[in-house]
Amino acid sequence: MEEHLVDWSRAQFALTAIYHFLFVPLTLGLGFIVAIMETIYVRTGSEEWKKITKFWMTLFAINFAIGVATGLIMEFEFGTNWANYSWFVGDIFGAPLAVEGILAFFMESTFFAVMFFGWNKVGKRFHLVSTWLVAVGSNLSALWILVANGWMQYPVGMTFNPDTVRNEMTNFWEVLFSPVAISKFLHTIGSGYMVSALFVTGISAWYLLRNRDVLFAKRSMIVGATFGFVASLFLTLSGDESAHQVALKQPVKLAAMEGLYEGRESAGIVAVGILNGDKNLTNDLEPYHFEIEIPYALSLLGYHDANAYVPGLRDLVYGNEERGIISTAEKMRRGRIAVNALEAYKEAKKGGDILKAAEAKKLLDENMKYFGYGHIKAAEDVVPPIALTFYTFHIMVTLGGWFLLLFALLLFYVTKRDISAYPLLLRSALWSIPLGYIAAEAGWIVAEVGRQPWAIQDLMPVGIAATKIATTNVQISFWLFAILFTLLLIAEIRIMTKQIKIGPEGGH
Amino acid sequence: MGFGELELLTLQQYWWIIIALLGGLFVFIMFVQGGQTLIDTLSDDETEKTMLINAIGRKWELGFTTLVLFGGALFAAFPLFYSTSFGGAYWVWLAILFCFIIQAVSYEYRTKPDNFLGQKVYESFLKINGSVGVFLLGVAISTFFSGAEFVLDSNRFVEWQNPLRGLEALANPYNYLLGFALVFLARISGALYYLSSIDHEPIRDKAVVSIRFNMPLFLLFFLSFMGWILTKDGYAVSASGVVTIESYKYLHNFLDMPFVLIMFIAGVVMVIFAVFSAVVYRKTCCIKTGGAGIVLTVMAILLNVGFNGTAYYPSTSDLQSSLTIVNSSGSHYTLTAMSYASLMVPFVLGYIALAWYSMDRVRITKEEIESPDAHNY
Repeated sequence: MEEHLVDWSRAQFALTAIYHFLFVPLTLGLGFIVAIMETIYVRTGSEEWKKITKFWMTLFAINFAIGVATGLIMEFEFGTNWANYSWFVGDIFGAPLAVEGILAFFMESTFFAVMFFGWNKVGKRFHLVSTWLVAVGSNLSALWILVANGWMQYPVGMTFNPDTVRNEMTNFWEVLFSPVAISKFLHTIGSGYMVSALFVTGISAWYLLRNRDVLFAKRSMIVGATFGFVASLFLTLSGDESAHQVALKQPVKLAAMEGLYEGRESAGIVAVGILNGDKNLTNDLEPYHFEIEIPYALSLLGYHDANAYVPGLRDLVYGNEERGIISTAEKMRRGRIAVNALEAYKEAKKGGDILKAAEAKKLLDENMKYFGYGHIKAAEDVVPPIALTFYTFHIMVTLGGWFLLLFALLLFYVTKRDISAYPLLLRSALWSIPLGYIAAEAGWIVAEVGRQPWAIQDLMPVGIAATKIATTNVQISFWLFAILFTLLLIAEIRIMTKQIKIGPEGGH
Repeated sequence: MGFGELELLTLQQYWWIIIALLGGLFVFIMFVQGGQTLIDTLSDDETEKTMLINAIGRKWELGFTTLVLFGGALFAAFPLFYSTSFGGAYWVWLAILFCFIIQAVSYEYRTKPDNFLGQKVYESFLKINGSVGVFLLGVAISTFFSGAEFVLDSNRFVEWQNPLRGLEALANPYNYLLGFALVFLARISGALYYLSSIDHEPIRDKAVVSIRFNMPLFLLFFLSFMGWILTKDGYAVSASGVVTIESYKYLHNFLDMPFVLIMFIAGVVMVIFAVFSAVVYRKTCCIKTGGAGIVLTVMAILLNVGFNGTAYYPSTSDLQSSLTIVNSSGSHYTLTAMSYASLMVPFVLGYIALAWYSMDRVRITKEEIESPDAHNY
């Protein structure tokens, strides 16, 4: 494999994913918000609510197309940039993507057209149903892609077939109802609802600050703040479950999220902290320059038990006999046995030696659990970038707390007081729009950077997963994507801003 | 009896039929792409252009979605094709993707105020998508017949043998035939679609003229393509999986599978009939007949290259690395699970038809586009 190839392949995928997730959250949440607004319109028959619905729908459409475009790229990049991965696990990974296409995308795109062009063509009820179906369709598609992602974090429901040299699905339900997949799905759509609610309340706040379209803004604010408050509670619960799953299935990621080098019982969470950059696995420096810790919180979060033992990076890399944790070096040894057994198996099969093949197969099966470790060069390589994982995790959690508070305040002031009289609160809502996006992207960085070096946890490191191709190709395509996506993002933001300035009266 | 009791080969064939059907539907929906290349030719002023763009703008997502599903279905049902072709012919597929990204935003952004790149650029995006995008797809599919330069290693990981990563397909002039045929076909179906969806005489007149111009060009390239594949050597695969070169393989396939041949002929006749009715009798309903004809024709061609012991993605570098529906498919379990999911397809087609019917009952008119209440592209 050419030097830097895997880094460029990762960079290209990260670029696409980060851009994709700038647009997806709004599609996930605003779809429902608009559907709620239209339901109120259909129930009350009020033209004001129709106007509110149409305004937010316009913004939904501006955002929708570019989300679809970046999504298409993501799907095909599994093939273009991760060809080996696509073969090695395509038998499992491809299925959710195909089901996504059949069950979700057509629903989304068919009723999207009705939602936008059907106002005067179909009946009120059919139109309302279409709007709801767009929201349901987009969330269903999120389900399937997150099932696929959850499977990469915690592969289940499959067995390795040495004849085809790939993993084959043996239990579809295990893949679909994997606890990691479900918590990932719930937490991710929750983040979409949150971003959407911040978007609606923030823009409404802007109108109120300018003292224009006041009735429109207040009504939008009520829907947005209620939706956001419920979403925040939901995010707290699903976030807790996500962390619990990480603790059980990806302990290295959890340790990196907290910068925890030494395992301990009754472990606390660092609420605020600055990592010591010189700290590494082998020296005895303090891990933080400064930290404020919430006692017991990490044990509680990870294992739902205040006294539980949380293994640190040192325990996970070098092993801890007392706690029954085997070292990475040992896993690498077993992984190499598996890799060699596979080669022996292929050789024996080629030569028609059935006995030898059966022997190799037995050895392979015994050590398959550590197959991926057979390609790891140094034990320390299984630790993801700690600083990035740590900071993004803490940014996400802190912002999540702030959003919960913000929505509670907004909800209170918009229903019980004249919210226009509280410009500081309104300004906070406005400035929280970008914070929502930062939190959502940070969550993805925790999930994806935190599981490095694995494309599939314990089975395939990214270095093996990448398509074999001259690095220059990926460098060129990276920059082409970067330029194109950025141009389109600028266009989107400008169009969006302009439409907001025009406001509900002038938009169509 | 459930899908699980079927033979693996039967499931593989079932899935190749679905892939062929999706391919057919996708080429049909390319009337959107073809329509995009006609927005200047068929309009005299901005209002007419807006009418054209709005007519196809209500359908673009569907083409996009079909492309996504086509990718997803290939990934799940024939993962080795997914990894070999997308990973190998890197630049061809990326170029196609670029042509589709720029399409997605152009409808929505085209006439929005403060749209950064300007209306002209978004319209040129639509034209690039409708011409270059369609052409490259044709070239990519053409390599099913001309072959590609790859070797699969013992892990079945792809090693592409040409540093141009797929662009080398453009060095083979035969691959241009299908590319151009698709471009002109899409323009014809685009014009047929405008005829049926827009109630405005000046546009209809010009649509008919455009069909008259594009039809002979389409026939020229399409018949040359058919002449080429029916006379060329093909890639046969024996029951034990050994790939060999066979003269007139694709001709033999048609003769060995009369049903596929009948499908092909019926499809071509339907397209010609649709064009004839539109041009000579000024019928406006021909997109349905023409569309069904396109689906049948494309399906027949894909069934030809996948069935009857044929390697559908042949390797010219190493014959035995060639992909067949047998050696490139998903496992029995996965194909079974997916087959159950595929039972939803008629339901999906049903609601698409319902939505289209409800929307298209009212044809696009000048008055609608000029009404201040309209959500226009």
